[in-house]
Amino acid sequence: MSLDTNSDPQSPPQPIEPTKIAVLKHRRGSRWMHWINFPLIVIMIWSGLRIYWANRVYAFGILSWEWFMFFPESFYTALDLNQRLARGIAFHFTFAWLFTLNGIAFVIYTWRTGEWREMVPNRKSLRGSLDVLLHDLRIRKTEPPKRGRYNEAQRLTYSLVIFLGFLAILSGFAIFKPTQLSILTWILGGYTSARVIHFAVTIAFVLFFLVHILQVARAGWRNFTSMVTGYEVTETDTSGSNRTSPARQSMEAADG
Amino acid sequence: MAEKPELSMAAYRQRTRRSLLTGGLAALAGFAGWRWVQDQPQSHNIPTVLRKGHEFNEAVWSGLFREDHQARTFSRSAASILRVNGRQGLRSEIDLADWQFTVKGPDGTTLGTHVLNDIKQLDYFETTIEHKCIEGWAQITNWGGARFRDFMRLYEDQLPDNISHVYLETPDSQYYVSVDIETMRHDQTMLTYNNLGVPIDELHGAPLRLTTPLKYGIKQLKRIGEIQFLTEAGRDYWGERGYDWYAGL
Ligand code: HEM
Repeated sequence: MSLDTNSDPQSPPQPIEPTKIAVLKHRRGSRWMHWINFPLIVIMIWSGLRIYWANRVYAFGILSWEWFMFFPESFYTALDLNQRLARGIAFHFTFAWLFTLNGIAFVIYTWRTGEWREMVPNRKSLRGSLDVLLHDLRIRKTEPPKRGRYNEAQRLTYSLVIFLGFLAILSGFAIFKPTQLSILTWILGGYTSARVIHFAVTIAFVLFFLVHILQVARAGWRNFTSMVTGYEVTETDTSGSNRTSPARQSMEAADG
Repeated sequence: MAEKPELSMAAYRQRTRRSLLTGGLAALAGFAGWRWVQDQPQSHNIPTVLRKGHEFNEAVWSGLFREDHQARTFSRSAASILRVNGRQGLRSEIDLADWQFTVKGPDGTTLGTHVLNDIKQLDYFETTIEHKCIEGWAQITNWGGARFRDFMRLYEDQLPDNISHVYLETPDSQYYVSVDIETMRHDQTMLTYNNLGVPIDELHGAPLRLTTPLKYGIKQLKRIGEIQFLTEAGRDYWGERGYDWYAGL
């Protein structure tokens, strides 16, 4: 965040809670799109599983040995997925547009505001993510540094999940209109292959979601509310070479 | 309004209260929207807004329809006999030797009747395509028969210009579909009597069925008993049961 406003040397800062400050972390557009995306993706997964129910064919295993079948029978009963194909399709094909529009809006927004810089991984991200993982699993003591807003593992997963979002959309349209959009279907290896991709993406979303919830819970209430309020409280440097204090002063002046 | 990059703690607290309130209201609105969708009056077994969603998709994709765009074809060796799915309309006995079907105009008047040999008089056409079921499976198979377009030519003089759909039903009227005319006129839409080079068997629609790779299997009516040309969409068995009337691929 670059701010060229300078404090007026005549009026020294009022030391109201000198060590804490709230810094803008998620802009309004990002927040709204994040929270709009949440119910949409839940609806897409749920209606997608109602579709999958009609032809339950995917399993993990080697040759004839089946290790895990998607899904056990109780799963369908618990989530009301039985005998709901027509409704599943109706929800899926209507909400697909909303999910797609929100996704496109998010990318345009992220690009126009430059927010993407906070999210793109680089060559070191893979290595850095491993450090984060080891730290999170309490195998390593030192906390790996953040690069800007996010640490390397966050950069990697957030970029990946946005990519997955687009893969869900592309594979979705590829199996939605395999003739009219035959080029897309061809790129994804044909109808059957696009369908496997579409399902795999769904599973990946669910896994991401579980880890995401866990990490947000671990990061605490104030991190969570930053996705609602936009701001996160940070401790400022008391040594005087405080990056943020001039801005804060001018802001308080403006508030006053 | 641009958001400030930083807030004092006092401003932050106020902000938090306000945002949590907005968030709570938005969540409530979202939930209300969800209830609203669920509690909609039904339109053929699905909430009306979702039926509108299907109709929106139909408008988009029929608008993008190109008659010269073909569904992918495969080598004949990849083809196999389809799994049997859906026996609606096939449950009654049929005497293949005695079978015939009628053709009707939009007002319901009978324009003609045909036996299988009439269809066999038309140019023979064979194709290997991927058949897709709305339940989620797909299989490559081979169909042989006449193009529907060639068949329709027999009636062109007797039909008004504004034919928009073709309605087909089984001899016992238990299964019926309505298909848009653009799809019916397409190269790959056929009155099919051969499967993998031999006459089609009963469970796959003997003696004559509709096939087209441009629609899901639900539209590809087996055992034709009647064909009617329409100036608007007609009844549709699965459409009435909550599925999309268009069901295009
Ligand atoms: C968050 C995004 C999405 C998720 C989690 C999702 C999930 C699913 C799942 C689990 C299935 C069942 C897969 C199977 O039976 O093989 C499915 C089917 C399908 N999805 Fe999606 N989907 C998403 C987005 C989309 C989009 C954007 C489209 C575009 C129109 C789409 C179109 C389809 C189609 C055409 C089917 C197959 C329907 C059928 O065969 O009857 N999906 N989806």
